[in-house]
Amino acid sequence: MGRYLLRRLLQLIPVFIGTTFLIYWLVWSVPGDPFAGKCGERPCPDSYVNMMTEKFKLDEPLWVQYGNYMQNLFQGDFGQTWSGRPIGDIIATAYPNTLKLAVVALAIEAVIGLAAGVLTGLRRNGFLDNLVLVSTLFMIALPVFVIGFVLQWVLGVQWHIIKPTVSSEMRISELIVPGFVLGSASMAYIARVARTSIAENRRADYVRTAIAKGLPMRRVVGVHLLRNSLIPVVTLLGTDLGALMGGAIVTEGIFGINGIGRQVFRAIVTKESATVVSIVVVLVLVYLLMNLLVDLLYAALDPRIRYE
Amino acid sequence: MSEQSAAGTSGRPAGRLLEVDDLRVEFRTRDGVAKVINGVTYHVDAGETLAVLGESGSGKSVTAQTIMGILDTPPGFVTGGQVRFHGKDMLRMSNEERRRIRGEGIAMIFQDALSALNPVFTVGFQIAEQFRVRRGMGRSEAKKRAIEMLDQVKIPNAKGRFNNYPHQFSGGMRQRAMIAMSLALDPEVLIADEPTTALDVTVQAQIMDLLAELQRERQMGLILITHDLGVVADVADRIAVMYAGRIVEEANVYDLYAKPAHPYTLGLLNSIPRLDEKGQELRTIKGLPPNLMNIPPGCPFNPRCPMAQPVCREKVPPLLQIGAGRASACHFAEELVNRD
Amino acid sequence: MSDPTAASIVSTPPAERPTEVGAPTNAGLPENARKEKPRGLLGDAWRDLRRKPLFWISAAFIVLFLLMAAFPWLFTNGDAVNGSLSRSRVEPSANGWFGYDVQGRDVYARVIYGARASIVVAVVSVFGTLLIGGTMGIIAGYRGGWVDALLSRIADVFFGLPFVLGAIVILTTFNGSGTSNSKWEIMALVSLSLMVLGWPVVMRLMRSSVLATKEADYIVAARALGAGTGRIILKHLLPNCLAPLLVYGTIMVGSFIGAEATLSFLGVGLKTPVVSWGIMISEAQNYIRVSPFLLFFPAAFLVTAVLSFVMLGEAVREALDPKLR
Repeated sequence: MGRYLLRRLLQLIPVFIGTTFLIYWLVWSVPGDPFAGKCGERPCPDSYVNMMTEKFKLDEPLWVQYGNYMQNLFQGDFGQTWSGRPIGDIIATAYPNTLKLAVVALAIEAVIGLAAGVLTGLRRNGFLDNLVLVSTLFMIALPVFVIGFVLQWVLGVQWHIIKPTVSSEMRISELIVPGFVLGSASMAYIARVARTSIAENRRADYVRTAIAKGLPMRRVVGVHLLRNSLIPVVTLLGTDLGALMGGAIVTEGIFGINGIGRQVFRAIVTKESATVVSIVVVLVLVYLLMNLLVDLLYAALDPRIRYE
Repeated sequence: MSEQSAAGTSGRPAGRLLEVDDLRVEFRTRDGVAKVINGVTYHVDAGETLAVLGESGSGKSVTAQTIMGILDTPPGFVTGGQVRFHGKDMLRMSNEERRRIRGEGIAMIFQDALSALNPVFTVGFQIAEQFRVRRGMGRSEAKKRAIEMLDQVKIPNAKGRFNNYPHQFSGGMRQRAMIAMSLALDPEVLIADEPTTALDVTVQAQIMDLLAELQRERQMGLILITHDLGVVADVADRIAVMYAGRIVEEANVYDLYAKPAHPYTLGLLNSIPRLDEKGQELRTIKGLPPNLMNIPPGCPFNPRCPMAQPVCREKVPPLLQIGAGRASACHFAEELVNRD
Repeated sequence: MSDPTAASIVSTPPAERPTEVGAPTNAGLPENARKEKPRGLLGDAWRDLRRKPLFWISAAFIVLFLLMAAFPWLFTNGDAVNGSLSRSRVEPSANGWFGYDVQGRDVYARVIYGARASIVVAVVSVFGTLLIGGTMGIIAGYRGGWVDALLSRIADVFFGLPFVLGAIVILTTFNGSGTSNSKWEIMALVSLSLMVLGWPVVMRLMRSSVLATKEADYIVAARALGAGTGRIILKHLLPNCLAPLLVYGTIMVGSFIGAEATLSFLGVGLKTPVVSWGIMISEAQNYIRVSPFLLFFPAAFLVTAVLSFVMLGEAVREALDPKLR
C-alpha cells in the first residue's frame, strides 16, 4: 500500500509538470501586447515597459520563466498581477466560491443521481425507468448553458421562485439551482452508472445467497446489493469534483457567481497571464489529487483489489 | 438413512418434511417460452438424502431455486404445482412467511462459493449477520457463534479467519464457509446445488464427507443436486433422475445402479469410464438434450433413446411405480428391469 | 442401502462429468435453445436496433440535419447573413416563421444555415479525435512497455486540462480578439482545440480494447503464422476494437456540437460572419427577457441535433452490449 502510494505520487509528478507547462506555454504565447491600454489612451512609455519586463523577467526564455514560477509556487507564492496585486489573494477569494458551488453540485448529483439509479436499477422497464432514461438522456445531451438559461428564465424570470443571480454571500439555498445546473450532466451519468451497476449485481449469486439466508429485502438491497454497486458510483463522484470546478465557468457566468471562471475570463481579457496560469494550475492539482484519492478509496471499498 | 423410503409419486403420507408436487416452471424469453420444469414430484424426509441427478438444463437447479423462492422472475414463472413444507404450500405463502422459512427451515448452498459469497464483506460478517438479523443477537455473541460454526465445518484457525474476505480463502475452505453459513440457523432441509463441482477432486471428497457427517449429526433432510454419479453413490439414500424438466426415474441407490429402469439412467451409468474397460471408447449418450422451447412429442428422450419404439414418439410415459420404492417414466420400464 | 460403502464400490472411479454439455451453469436456461439460431454479433445488434423506435427517430433527424448542412437552400430561400434593421426583433409570423433577430435577419434561415458550421465542426473534430486517439491507443496497447508508459503519461497531461478552461486558453491564444482569422481558419481552430482536448479519452478506450483482444487466441495464432504487425493490426485488431469506437464517436458528435455551441456562446469559438447555433444563442442571451424566441429556436435545433446523435450512439451501444438486454 505504501509503495503503491509512493509510485502513484511519483507518477503524478511528470503529469503535473507536463500539464502545467502546457498551460504556461499556451497562456504566455497569447498574442498581443500585455501593456496595451495600461497607460490610458497613449502607448506605454518605454521606461514603464522596461521596468515591467525587468520586474517580471519577461526577456528570459519561457522555460526559465516557468522554472521560476514553479519555484515560487512551491513556496506558496503565486506571483503578482501587473498592477502588483498578489495572485494568491484572487485565488483565495475566487476558489472558495467555486468550491462551494462544486460541492453543492456534487451533493445534489450524488443524492438525486443515486436515488434515481437505485430505484430504476431495481425495477427496470417500468414507467419510472423510462422517465429516468429519457431525462438523463436530455441532461447529458443539453449543453450546460442551455439548461442554465432555461432554469434561470423559468424559475427566476417567469415564476420568481429564485433570484436570477446569486448574491455575493453565496448562501447554500441560492446555490441549489446553479448547483443542479452544474451537476446535471454528471447527475445523469451517476444515475445511469448506478442503474446499470444495480441491475447487473441484482442477479449476482451473492444477492441470491443473501435472499436464501432469509434476510429481509431491505437488508438484501440496502447492505449486500448497494455496497457492491456503489463502487463505480463513488469512483465517478470522486473524479467529478475537479471536472465540476473546471466546468463551473459557464454556470458562474449565467448566475453571476464570482468564482474562478469569472476571474479566468477577466484575466484573459486583461492579459493577466500569470493569473490564468495560477488558477488553472490549482485546478489541475485538485484534479490530480482527487484521482489519486479515488484510487485509494477503491481499495477501501473493494477488498479484492490489492496494490503492489 | 431410512431403509425403505417409498418413492413419492403416488403415496402421500402425512408428515412429509418437504414435498415438491407436480411443479411446473417456464422461462419466458424474447425467443419464446422454454418449459424448464414439466411436472416434477419428489420429497425428502428428515435424516434422509435425496440426490437429484441430471445434465445441465435438465431443471434440477431451477427446481431448487423454486423451492428456495430465489427463481429469477422474469424470466422464470411457476405455472403449476405445489412445494409443501410440513404440509403447507410455500408457493401460496406470503413473502414474509416464506422469508422466515429460508435459512431456518430450508437452507441452500451453491455451486460456486466464490460468487455466492459477497466479495466485499468478511466471511465472519456474513455468517454472524444471520445471528444478528434473524436471532437478534449482539455483535460479540453473534461473532462467537459464527466462529463456532466455522469450527464445526473444520476450518482451521476459525477465530483468525473470521475477518478474512472470501477471496482470501481457498476453494475448499470457501465451500466450508458456505456450508457453515447455510447451517447457522440449524435448518431442517439443506439443498446443496452441485456443492463440489467447482472443486478439485481431492477436495470434493472432503466436502462430501463433511456434508454427510453434518447431515447425520443434525438429522437434516438433504437434497443433493449433482450431475456426478460418483458423488451420488457415496451419500445418497434415494436418487431422482431428471431429464428435460421431468423426473424420469426414482429409486434407491442400490436398485438404480444394479437395475436401472430408464434408458437414460442406463446411458448415464454406461458412460462412466471404467478401469476394466481401459482403451475402449467411452460410451456416451448420442445427441443433445431437447430444446426446451420445442420439446419433441412423446417421450422427451425418444430422439436419443436406443430402445425407442413408435409409441415413444406419440405418448408421454407417465412416472409410474414399478415396485417397492421405485418409479420410472419409460414405456418399457418393466422389460428393462427384468432383462439380464 | 444403509451401507454407503456398498454404493461406493459401484461408483469408483469417480465419473468425469459424463454427460455434461458445456460448462455447468446455474442459470437453468436451456443452453441449446440459444445454440439453435447462430447469429453474428452484428446481425444480432441489427435485429435489435430495427425494433427500436428511438433508433429510427434519431436516425431520421440525423439525416435531416445532414441534408440541412449539405444543402441548406433546399429548406429555405431566406438570407442568413444580411438583414434589415427595420425588422429588428420582429416576432414569428407567417412571413418569418421563426421571427427576425436584432439585426433583422431571418431566424429560420439562420437556424438552417447554422447547421452546417455546427455539424461540420463537430464531425471534423470527431474524425480527428478518433484518428489521433485511436492511433495512439493502438500503438500504446500493442507495443506496451515504455512506449505505452510514455503515451499514457502524455494522455494524462492532456486529460488533466479542464475541458472548457483548456479550450478557452487555446482559443484565446490562437483566436483571440487581436487576430483576424478567416471563417475556415476559425472553424479549423475550434476543431483543433476540441481534438486536442478530446483525444485522451479515445486513446484510453482504444488502448484497453487492444489490450483485451491482443492476447486472444486467434491473434496469437496469426502472429505465430508470421503475420506482420501491420497486418495483425489492420486485419485482426482493428475490426474487433471498432465497435466501441464507433459508438463513442457517434455520441461524441453530439457532445461536440454542444461543446462548439458552448465555446461560441462564451465568445471564444466561432464568430460572425460564421452562422452557428452557438453564436445565435450567444447573441440572443441579452434579449432573453424581451424576445425569448431568439433563444428558443437555435436552442431547440441544437438540443435536437445533440440528442439525435447521443440517442443513436446509445441505441447502437445497447444493441451491441448483450449484458444490457
